[in-house]
Amino acid sequence: MPTQPDHQIPDITVFLDPAGYPVHELPEFSRDREALVEMYSAMVKTRTFDAKAISLQRTGRLGTYASSLGQEAIAVGIASAMTKEDVLLPSFREHGAQLWRGVSLEELFLYWGGDERGNDFANARQDFPVCIPVASQFPHAAGVGLAIVQKDEPGVAVAIGGDGATSKGDFYEALNVVGAWMLPVVFVIANNQWAISVPRLDQTRARTLADKAVAAGIPGEQVDGNDVIAVREATERALTRARNGKGGTLIECLTYRLGDHTTADDASRYRDDEDVSPHWSEEPLVRLRAYLVAHHGWAKEDEETLLRDCRDQIEKAAETYLATPPQPAQAIFEYLYADQPQDLIAQAGEMDDV
Amino acid sequence: MSECTMIEAIRMALSRALDENPDVVIFGEDVGIDGGVFRATDGLAQRYGASRVRDTPLSEAVIAGMAVGAAAHGMRPVAEIQFTGFLYPALDQLANHASRLRNRTRGRLTCPMVLRAPYGGGIKAPEHHSESIEAMLAHIPGLRVVIPSSPARAYGLLLAAIRDPDPVVFLEPKRVYRAIREPVEDDGVALPIDQAIVLREGADATLVAWGAMITDAREAADQLAELGISVDLIDLASLKPIDRGTIRSSVEKTGRCVIVHEAPLTAGLGAEIAADLAEHCLTSLLAPIRRVTGFDTVMPYPRLEAHYMPDTARILKAVHDVMEFA
Repeated sequence: MPTQPDHQIPDITVFLDPAGYPVHELPEFSRDREALVEMYSAMVKTRTFDAKAISLQRTGRLGTYASSLGQEAIAVGIASAMTKEDVLLPSFREHGAQLWRGVSLEELFLYWGGDERGNDFANARQDFPVCIPVASQFPHAAGVGLAIVQKDEPGVAVAIGGDGATSKGDFYEALNVVGAWMLPVVFVIANNQWAISVPRLDQTRARTLADKAVAAGIPGEQVDGNDVIAVREATERALTRARNGKGGTLIECLTYRLGDHTTADDASRYRDDEDVSPHWSEEPLVRLRAYLVAHHGWAKEDEETLLRDCRDQIEKAAETYLATPPQPAQAIFEYLYADQPQDLIAQAGEMDDV
Repeated sequence: MSECTMIEAIRMALSRALDENPDVVIFGEDVGIDGGVFRATDGLAQRYGASRVRDTPLSEAVIAGMAVGAAAHGMRPVAEIQFTGFLYPALDQLANHASRLRNRTRGRLTCPMVLRAPYGGGIKAPEHHSESIEAMLAHIPGLRVVIPSSPARAYGLLLAAIRDPDPVVFLEPKRVYRAIREPVEDDGVALPIDQAIVLREGADATLVAWGAMITDAREAADQLAELGISVDLIDLASLKPIDRGTIRSSVEKTGRCVIVHEAPLTAGLGAEIAADLAEHCLTSLLAPIRRVTGFDTVMPYPRLEAHYMPDTARILKAVHDVMEFA
């Protein structure tokens, strides 16, 4: 890919078209079968997790859940570009990125099942938990970027949000300080075209969401968010830029929300099946599988083995989650402050007295 | 030991904190070369460099949100909001993140940050510059809210706030910034962060106040002493969590309580203290608990401001009322 000068919106970065045909020479990392299979497997695992989470929610065994159906390439593409020193600040649809970074399936089930321990990651200890108040994670990323600069660490803060998040002040304000202070931060917008019921064009009249980087004086670019190779390549470039002291980047990943907003949503209230169905031909698993089949001998047995492995892992994790008893009631008091104040000790006692 | 003002004591504590911990970083609007609009950070950028004392863009949500991110990633940010009237965009970050991070990650990520902000009236400032919003902040679980009332307490409490492992909103009564001088030793000794301070001991009534109201309450206590009425004067200092024990013990002794705050009456912290005394000290009470507070009005512009502010006369009347009741 030719390098584009800052402040210009380059063309949309894409390597594999929806049918899996390469439209540009593939970047170095994707010439390796193993690397591609790893990314493909991570996307399949994410989708399998998604299906299990929804089925658990539908049967009353999980809380409200935000599906990442169709957006697996964004999560996996970003995370696969990151190093251990980097810090992930997700919104709430990046299960695939969390899994790649070492968050366990059991932890994800626990979190979505309504248990705070799901955020106490055994790995990825510096990563932030899911962020529900839309766009409020972007200022945190600026703060992590600041800490990285002050401590002279090698990492980069990577925050992800949706298209709706770009309408919020937090997004603009954080983007602005990242520009002003040249902080090592990458902002990724997973533009799935819908903020619950509001379509992208009703959200903003901006030409692209990447254009919003212009106001902050940092580069912004659009990426085919259904092409995991493109997402990873663009993220790698942005990370390198940040690591070299050149500051932040805004990456807009174009995708489509194939499912409901969450399990509490019914998308048929505001969009028709005919709106959604064309996007099924563009989703990210199909194209990478097609490429693997055509260029790396990915066989039916490989696919079946992968699916079976994913299902086994996820069933096992779900069983562990379902068998995990809730925390003791007193836990609600125990993590408010490092030292529990008298007030809370007294209130905890009241709970015990009943 | 030199005499200094509260603003000088705050600067001294900030300087001490920058000296003793390389993770301390100060940021906010105009805190750099300008030294802050009240000069709390005067000279610090020059002394510690622009990377540790940083001028932010004009974005309160980002000031608070960046403090959350930096604190969670190992820094000790001491951020400034220029006036509490401009703090509201930061409330989202305080309520949804700073106060919850430890709890929601079960202690994996923490938020040792301080958000300083001048608050309160009495200096004829423009509108949106004089409000007292401590009750709003004290209602947030997981946050600490601290208010000093004198230079020495500002020094000790600010050091305590910066060293505390949890988020602290540190509200500075700007009316006191330059009004009082007292000896402050720059000895690095912090005050306990969660204890009320008994400033004066008496027998007849308990006066509870904080921030600039301590000045009026002390004046009232002086005048009452001349009339032979002695009071416990308690500086609450920590508004979240509240040191209920100190207040209860005092009221169990005196049997009468007057609570003074600048913030509006309804759902103010006076209500919390009064409710606590009603629940725990009913049999000690000789008279109804009285509150002397700002009114449930919008903070008046400077020409009418004095009518809003609780003052010595109103405090005296309330104490006389409770003394006459029994």
